[in-house]
Amino acid sequence: MPAPIRLRELIRTIRTARTQAEEREMIQKECAAIRSSFREEDNTYRCRNVAKLLYMHMLGYPAHFGQLECLKLIASQKFTDKRIGYLGAMLLLDERQDVHLLMTNCIKNDLNHSTQYVQGLALCTLGCMGSSEMCRDLAGEVEKLLKTSNSYLRKKAALCAVHVIRKVPELMEMFLPATKNLLSEKNHGVLHTSVVLLTEMCERSPDMLLHFRKLVPQLVRILKNLIMSGYSPEHDVSGISDPFLQVRILRLLRILGRSDDDSSEAMNDILAQVATNTETSKNVGNAILYETVLTIMDIKSESGLRVLAINILGRFLLNNDKNIRYVALTSLLKTVQTDHNAVQRHRSTIVDCLKDLDVSIKRRAMELSFALVNGNNIRGMMKELLYFLDSCDPEFKADCASGVFLAAEKYAPSKRWHIDTIMRVLTTAGSYVRDDSVPNLIQLITNSVEMHAYTVQRLYKALLDDISQQPLVQVSSWCIGEYGDLLVSGQCEEEEPIQVTEDEVLDVLEGLLVSNLSTPVTRGYSLTAIMKLSTRFSSVNRIKKVVSIYGSSIDVELQQRAVEYNALFKKYDHMRPALLERMPIMEKTASNGPTEIMQTNGETEPSVPDTKHLPLVTQPANQANDLLDLLGGNDVMPVIQTTLPTKPASAGGELLDLLGDLSLTGGPTVVPAPAPSVPVSQPPFLLDGLSSQPLFNDTSAAIPPMTAYSKNGLKIEFTFERANPNPNIAVITIHATNTTEADMTEFVFQAAVPKTFQLQLLSPSSNIVPALNQGSVTQVIRVLNPQKQQLRMRVKLTYTHKGSPVQDLAEVNNFPPQSWQ
Amino acid sequence: MIKAILIFNNHGKPRLSKFYEHYSEDTEQQIIRETFHLVSKRDENVCNFLEGGMLIGGSENKLIYRHYATLYFVFCVDSSESELGILGLIQVFVETLDKCFENVCELDLIFHVDKVHNILAEMVMGGMVLETNMNEIITQVDAQNKMEKSEAGIAGAPARAVSAVKNMNLPEMPRNINIGDISIKVPNLPSFK
Repeated sequence: MPAPIRLRELIRTIRTARTQAEEREMIQKECAAIRSSFREEDNTYRCRNVAKLLYMHMLGYPAHFGQLECLKLIASQKFTDKRIGYLGAMLLLDERQDVHLLMTNCIKNDLNHSTQYVQGLALCTLGCMGSSEMCRDLAGEVEKLLKTSNSYLRKKAALCAVHVIRKVPELMEMFLPATKNLLSEKNHGVLHTSVVLLTEMCERSPDMLLHFRKLVPQLVRILKNLIMSGYSPEHDVSGISDPFLQVRILRLLRILGRSDDDSSEAMNDILAQVATNTETSKNVGNAILYETVLTIMDIKSESGLRVLAINILGRFLLNNDKNIRYVALTSLLKTVQTDHNAVQRHRSTIVDCLKDLDVSIKRRAMELSFALVNGNNIRGMMKELLYFLDSCDPEFKADCASGVFLAAEKYAPSKRWHIDTIMRVLTTAGSYVRDDSVPNLIQLITNSVEMHAYTVQRLYKALLDDISQQPLVQVSSWCIGEYGDLLVSGQCEEEEPIQVTEDEVLDVLEGLLVSNLSTPVTRGYSLTAIMKLSTRFSSVNRIKKVVSIYGSSIDVELQQRAVEYNALFKKYDHMRPALLERMPIMEKTASNGPTEIMQTNGETEPSVPDTKHLPLVTQPANQANDLLDLLGGNDVMPVIQTTLPTKPASAGGELLDLLGDLSLTGGPTVVPAPAPSVPVSQPPFLLDGLSSQPLFNDTSAAIPPMTAYSKNGLKIEFTFERANPNPNIAVITIHATNTTEADMTEFVFQAAVPKTFQLQLLSPSSNIVPALNQGSVTQVIRVLNPQKQQLRMRVKLTYTHKGSPVQDLAEVNNFPPQSWQ
Repeated sequence: MIKAILIFNNHGKPRLSKFYEHYSEDTEQQIIRETFHLVSKRDENVCNFLEGGMLIGGSENKLIYRHYATLYFVFCVDSSESELGILGLIQVFVETLDKCFENVCELDLIFHVDKVHNILAEMVMGGMVLETNMNEIITQVDAQNKMEKSEAGIAGAPARAVSAVKNMNLPEMPRNINIGDISIKVPNLPSFK
């Protein structure tokens, strides 16, 4: 059997192959040769054969039959064999093959070998692909090597220890004693890997974190030496002394300083020093600065340092290098929640990044822009964002459109602006918007009564231009169906009214029905719209004809609609006007985003009350705004979305239902408010109130509880505390007790607050207030009071007592000043 | 942690592939192909960071790459690594290769894959950065190569046998052998060459 060819020969041969098939043939031939050579148990050529096998493996051909051969090579005495054998083990073997356990003994022997390079090979392999069984067996050896004085082995042992800890976390304590003097090493390689080991241990176990906190001064000293020492040729990279080590130490400092004041104190100086002294002309300098910024933002640093960090990020944004800008945008996104105002200063630069050519930068700039939108800058930002929406790639359009909708919903300065914005989005990116934007938009249009004529006119014009974007078409046809009469009558205050005849409108709608661009859903919308127009237009015959044609449509949905509408014309004509009349204002259910206590996003002035939004007299069954009436028309500020029906559906939902029962004539102050003069808190109740704090610790001086309502045996007390994370939120717990002899069942407590506050009602503990003070019902209310105005509240109570339902309303004005200051 | 290090050329042919997480062989090849597709689409003057493809962990992992002449050097890392730091590491890696191979080019990587693996093993171990000092790495690699050479390496096995015979030094033959009172005089034979 001739000697197997060398690796170089094989590579040369394979490169001469001109087609994939030729290459495959050559490789198969060589594999066959290798296999027979393996069978002959030839020691001299084994390493050569395995080397060739590894090359073929890299090209993608199966090489599993070489696994056992790798093991044989590892067991050999020659260094060359071992080297290739270990490489093969790392590439071909992993813990899924049972064969790998056979390596354990070899590795154990090699870890105690006399040659450091053999030991190094063994450590390397163990650290790359050691399974948990292997790690368990060999952890002791690794630990021994961690204490050796040979720096080459020590650094490898440190990283091997990291791998062992990852695989078998319980062994972490075993390495603890060896870490004692790791940081006093001079060798940078060992220092580097030691810091990695310490980082891994701190991340995995909070006890270790506490233990290693005492190393902070030592780390600070090492970092200082790196910065202050002069030029050291062996560690220099582009003029900075060992930047990789600096970055690692900064990262470890970040983990140690997080949520610990003392450590953060100790680091403040060195962080400031690094931030100001590092050269920014090279990539490694910027890497260090970037890591410094991340560390400053994460630990409890003083505010001056944080401002410095954000300014560094701002400078990064202006850098020409794309990588730096990318990194800056990513970090700003992480910090925008906590240091909002500081990031706002760089808003214009961020908006410029929207125009960058690089896709990754554009995406980050877009996310950051949405995070920065607030009531003050909404108009300007929206202009930029809409321009971006026009010109961006399709992959962005969906996210951008959703973001625009969300932002518009939260901060729209006026109804007309809101509708204009949404129309712009629909016309430019219509096919990419989310499905639920159509119903949301319809609801929005319905709710803005005075804009109906304007809206329907604009939508009609948009429809004339383009019928390919389905969401736009759907909304337009719905509106035309609802408000077609306004369209043809030509009354529109906001814009130049256009002259449209009924026939033209019907032409457009029929065009939608037959067009190939319309989806079945759109066709359904337009058919219904045509039907609705039968009560608003006079050309009923034409509509009847259209509807009857579709009675035999192939589309089942369309057919069903047409048949039913036909029946409406024939048998139930008397019901038609009532069925097809204008839609009432819909209640707003959960919107797209969180509607509870919202961040004010850096605004200082209160948002201008939108007086157009007061739908007072004209709308019947105006459920969402019943609470407005409840609070009385004298109050200038109406209530919006206070009782949030999203979280717990029980309490909120009943509110709306129950308020619908109230016979409101729509005028101001319908219900006389019995303002009971309640005494302020009694000392005996102070302790009761405080002891039953359900959620947060009361950090400040105890705010005295108060009795909010006391009548007919039902007494309701409020106890206060401040929610820890946000001092603007007051958490009120109500305790309802009953002094009569009968239980009060189906007890429901509801509350409303003036507009500048926001209220969240959590679920009550139960619905039954037991008699004779045997127990109480508790419920938690959270009130957000960003402007520190005096808290006032209207409460409504309903319960059943001795078989008869009882309802009562009360106003609570005597909140203690500490609760809202 | 570094999940994978890939080097491939402008046509997608792999020149080095090292994975620090377990994937099956097919998946490994697919990852190489997917990464090549993602990276080759990039323009020359955009940033060097990309979200990872679906096979290699999606948006949690990032691809950090650099394009040198005909080769792409791609490091796939997770969020615990500093992106700018990894860029620096790629630079150090390429400079080390340059020093070891003297003006390294793609052909060097093609014909000496095992050597490139050895250099890489001195820099990155188990997905973590081991050593970043170029001189230190080169010293270690040279020492190990010398050890290999002393055993005459992968390709040298038969050649060694011949030279060993040539250089064999037989010990001096004893001139006088005294066993009891028999004295045998051994003739002076010329040294065996």
